[in-house]
Amino acid sequence: MKRLPLAPDESAVIEQRFGMTRRTFVSFCAALTASMGLSSAAAQTVSKALLSAKRPSVIWLHFQECTGCSESLLRAEHPTLEKLILDIISLDYHETLMAAAGKQAEAAREAAMAANRGNYILVVEGAIPTKQNGIFCKIGGKTAIDLVKECAADAAAVIAIGSCASWGGMPSTGPNPTGATSVAEILGKPVLNIPGCPPNPYNFLTTVVHFLVLGKLPELDSKGRPTFAYGRLIHENCERRAHFDAGRFALEFGDEGHRKGYCLYKLGCKGPETYANCPTILFGDAGSGSWPVGCGHPCIGCTEKGVGFTKPIHALAKLANVTPGAFPRPGEEQGEGSTLATAATVAAAAGLAVGVGIRIAKNLGKLDEEKPAK
Amino acid sequence: MMDRRKLLKVIGAGCGAAAVAGTAEARGLRPMSPKALGLLYDGTQCVGCNACVVACKEANNMPREGDAMYEKPVDISGKTLNIIKAYRSGTATHKDQVPDGYAFTKMSCMHCVDPSCVSACPVSAMTKDPETGIVKYNVEACIGCRYCVAACPFGVPRFTFDTPDPKISKCQLCVHRMVEGRYAACAEVCPTGATLFGPVAELKKEIARRRALRPGTKTIFPRGRIGGGDSYEGVVGHYVDHVYGEREIGGTQVLHLSGVPFELLDKPPLPDVAPARISESIQHAIYNHLIAPLGFLGVLGVLAWRNMRKGDES
Repeated sequence: MKRLPLAPDESAVIEQRFGMTRRTFVSFCAALTASMGLSSAAAQTVSKALLSAKRPSVIWLHFQECTGCSESLLRAEHPTLEKLILDIISLDYHETLMAAAGKQAEAAREAAMAANRGNYILVVEGAIPTKQNGIFCKIGGKTAIDLVKECAADAAAVIAIGSCASWGGMPSTGPNPTGATSVAEILGKPVLNIPGCPPNPYNFLTTVVHFLVLGKLPELDSKGRPTFAYGRLIHENCERRAHFDAGRFALEFGDEGHRKGYCLYKLGCKGPETYANCPTILFGDAGSGSWPVGCGHPCIGCTEKGVGFTKPIHALAKLANVTPGAFPRPGEEQGEGSTLATAATVAAAAGLAVGVGIRIAKNLGKLDEEKPAK
Repeated sequence: MMDRRKLLKVIGAGCGAAAVAGTAEARGLRPMSPKALGLLYDGTQCVGCNACVVACKEANNMPREGDAMYEKPVDISGKTLNIIKAYRSGTATHKDQVPDGYAFTKMSCMHCVDPSCVSACPVSAMTKDPETGIVKYNVEACIGCRYCVAACPFGVPRFTFDTPDPKISKCQLCVHRMVEGRYAACAEVCPTGATLFGPVAELKKEIARRRALRPGTKTIFPRGRIGGGDSYEGVVGHYVDHVYGEREIGGTQVLHLSGVPFELLDKPPLPDVAPARISESIQHAIYNHLIAPLGFLGVLGVLAWRNMRKGDES
């Protein structure tokens, strides 16, 4: 790797602030840069941005959720991510992680919002209940609806983390007694969604770093998800894809096909209609196979609105990637037109046959003439 | 050894016996065996995974076609018995829609109730099983005349031209696997039951059930074979009002459902009457009681006799 021009005192800063060696920090920056889809030259910009003294203020709200998204971030080992999350950004309000409680906590949030007006990042975890004016989720006496509107008003960017905040997720599953809905619907404008149950921590982290480095949010798809992470179909990058193509399917959990690692499509795998980078980025930094399909469970489509928590887990998926152009058309026949060589060979053979025929005909006539002479 | 007089006597006796035994009427409709087996291919359920194409190759031990790394046959051939093709137009984005849409179709033997290939075969290489109705091929009996290739209105039997020991290749509904208690490999692997194996009578009931349902609603689709126990919940397709193979040339044991007209899927419009029935009726009329051949022979004999007499006189 190209050595990044860091001053000697910066090594000390890295050591002190991030709790990692300079070498580890440089590798980390390169990994983040790569997952953003930027060239290796941009790693330098990333490291500079991360080392800048000004850490953006982050306000993290929790509504109808299980805190799995936060847990997922804390479990990341690449390296000690919780340290990074707390040190790269200034996490001014996070109900699970902050030491403050009660009025003190709410005061910290209001102070941070006032001090960083228009510059802080709002992260929302969990769905927002809307039925009966949203009384099903209240924090500090305020409903989730009021809180998200208040905090989003002066935020530089709003990130919805997890399926619940992105489109309602599990709390919105029918009959949806609380009227759980997404951040985007409450705010009435598109926000950046990082769906998943839980989402991959690196997808969130990369988005935040992208914002810090380039000062803007990454490119989003029609569902508000960053395309670097949600631009590809799981089915297209699945290690079990060859089994799908060959018609080798696991028919039930624990059967021969399942033990042999066959395709899980017939068990209801939603990989063919779910866009996410799970098969390539994996989970928990535990090496190959460390994602649901890799360890034998069909994808439940947690990143896809209308699939995860909507379709039954073992219902058959609808293929999103059919390419009719790859099939022969009805009536299309095998074979191709004759080549020049074939035509030449046939012409030569025909010519030879005509020549021989003429010779034979001539000789026949001669034989008849010769006979009476004898 | 036999002298000339004796030979003529034997021929005469044979002709007499043939004249007595000969059938007089045109051949009637050939009914489907009540135990006939077949396939239902529902194009609206097909996802185009090509698993059936691969499974067919494996089950029938068929050679690869073209590229050694990535086999991609474009039509059935001496090496490929089953293939999935796709109609497409415009942007090809909507399944089972004619403009800007696409639709899948399967090409393999239709296992006709009254097969032209069996009728055309001069030896007994092509046979129709009296019980299961499966159209089978016996390579030992085949003389390589390829009449079956010309006779089939679906263009199914193919000849292996590229080998010195050629044979006809066609789907035989995995009859060799039925001995092991298994069934057609294409249906066995189909993840959506788009290709479904079963007795034709049961398949027809399933077709009637699907066509009676409201398109777009959900229903349980059997998978693999009818009565096999495996099923899944799927969406009822928008079927065209035509079951291909129900009436075509006297009916086939492989039946097709589709969301687009069958003409677009290279499933040709065919008459309800089996060509085999027409051709065999003509043949049997000509040779009925051997009257026409014997009469023709008589005329030839008289002419020959008169010519001989003229020659002798001159």
